Amino acid sequence: MRVIVLVKQVPDMERVKFDTEKGVIDRKSAGTEINPFDLNALETALQIGEKTNSEIIVLSMGPHSAEQSIRDAIARGAHKGILLNDKKFGGSDVKATSVTICAGIKKIGNFDLIIAGMQSVDGDTGQVGAEIAQILKIPHISFVEKLNEFDCNSLTVTSNIWEGIYLKKVKLPALITVTKDINIPRLPSFKNKMLARKAEVTVWGYDDLEEHLEESQLGFKGSPTKVKKIVIPKTAHREGKMWREDYSHAVDNLIEVFKCRKILEV
Amino acid sequence: MTEKYSGILIFAEQKDKTIHKVVFELLSEGRKLAEQLGVGVYCALLGPGGIDAKELIYRGADAVYYVEDDEIFNMPDELAYSENLVNLIKTIKPEICLIGATSLGRSIAPRVAAALETGLTADCTDLRIDDDGKLIQIRPAFSENILAHIVSDKMPQMATVRYKEFQESKPDFNRTGEIVSFNSIRPMDRTFEFIKELSRKETDISDSDVVVSVGAGIKNSEDIKMIYELAGLLKGTVGASRAVVENGFISREHQIGYSGNRVKPKLYFACAISGAAQHIAGMKDADTIIAINTDPSAPIFNIADYGIVGDIYEIVPMLIKRLKEINQN
Repeated sequence: MRVIVLVKQVPDMERVKFDTEKGVIDRKSAGTEINPFDLNALETALQIGEKTNSEIIVLSMGPHSAEQSIRDAIARGAHKGILLNDKKFGGSDVKATSVTICAGIKKIGNFDLIIAGMQSVDGDTGQVGAEIAQILKIPHISFVEKLNEFDCNSLTVTSNIWEGIYLKKVKLPALITVTKDINIPRLPSFKNKMLARKAEVTVWGYDDLEEHLEESQLGFKGSPTKVKKIVIPKTAHREGKMWREDYSHAVDNLIEVFKCRKILEV
Repeated sequence: MTEKYSGILIFAEQKDKTIHKVVFELLSEGRKLAEQLGVGVYCALLGPGGIDAKELIYRGADAVYYVEDDEIFNMPDELAYSENLVNLIKTIKPEICLIGATSLGRSIAPRVAAALETGLTADCTDLRIDDDGKLIQIRPAFSENILAHIVSDKMPQMATVRYKEFQESKPDFNRTGEIVSFNSIRPMDRTFEFIKELSRKETDISDSDVVVSVGAGIKNSEDIKMIYELAGLLKGTVGASRAVVENGFISREHQIGYSGNRVKPKLYFACAISGAAQHIAGMKDADTIIAINTDPSAPIFNIADYGIVGDIYEIVPMLIKRLKEINQN
């Protein structure tokens, strides 16, 4: 089997600073990492790979620096990594991104399963996975939180959707997006780290994908959605009342708040 | 080319023939947008027979397209839902298509947008019409630090919209409108071998008026009982920070924050939560915020209406005692 894992390099959102004046993220203020959900996607692929003797390919789209994320994925056990990188891909929205990644998947060819994280922590749309499934005309299962059964023809998983927990069995090829509950991602092994350092990351640009892609579908031009402006949200006005001692008095005050806000019926 | 597209289509999500409340919110917002544009509001109701489609008319729809199928809409089958929705959109050609950002909505909307080769904005919290009559889709981004105003230059303009951002429309029983039945299509290649419901959520934390949350200051899972007791007395639900979930003290269903549930209750009560950016992103829109924390410099106090610098092990039991006394009288 061939399993493709989609990964995205993201800023470390716990540390990244935000310039509220300019309305932009200061990317230099924090390091980058693999989108945390994608580590769960990779772990899922590795577990399937171990049992089915599958080839695990990591596919990413982004700047040259995203090679680092691919190497990290190889250090964790992926066999091969491909980065889609071209100036022409810049400014892609969900649609242009999905179309470009699909071109990469088509060039890889002969895949059985595609696994992605349920969303990225920076863009946070959670839409690219399902769009890719539609473009490739394969079924997808979102929010997969458990891998139940699998073989080379089908996959049975537990999905948290529609206010319930559902067991779904799907024929391959298919795409799944996974939640953080599905597993605990393994750490890179020392041996693999050494391998990853030397591993060759394949980089494909527009010229390599031309067969599967039209230039009009790419980047900013190929993106139907455009950001018109960025607004810093107004923060709600808060009372800001504090108590540091005399807790009994503080508790009396909270009771009044509950009554006032009709939390407690009086 | 855009002239052909007219009206606002709202996906009327249902489960077991009950329409999701986000649909009523979208109807109230959709009506406002429709008045500005001078167009109609339509609902796409995909479900088994016997749903009270008239309620959608009473709550603001001018027409309901009812795709009735007793078999394929009983399960969260993304292929069945998206193919039927695409078919409907191609027929009625709305200029705007709104889908609630529920788990099902978030899973089918991208398929629909990709099939129609149009744009899709995720998780909007506000919608407006600009001077050119285009839809401005407003969504928070980068851990809710900014609001991006997004427009789409393809038709239909599609967006998923968060639950609890708008008021529900009230039913007006004098409203009239058409209920149009529409044939369902069955996906040709049934690639899902089966879909079975194992269990369903008893309570949805985002539906709660009161959320009492617990953070890393809790010492063990046993102590969460007092948080449950406090939440019970306030008729609320229990939430938790990521640390508490990762310690295995409580299930992920309770996690509040950027990577958990986003809540917008009347009251958010943060117990021993320091207020990491990732947590604040999930609760900062609460009407009233109360926080208890031993550290006076904890960021949670910056957004709290009422703060107590102290130990939850001392204060929460006091509060429980007082609330019980009140209940007894």
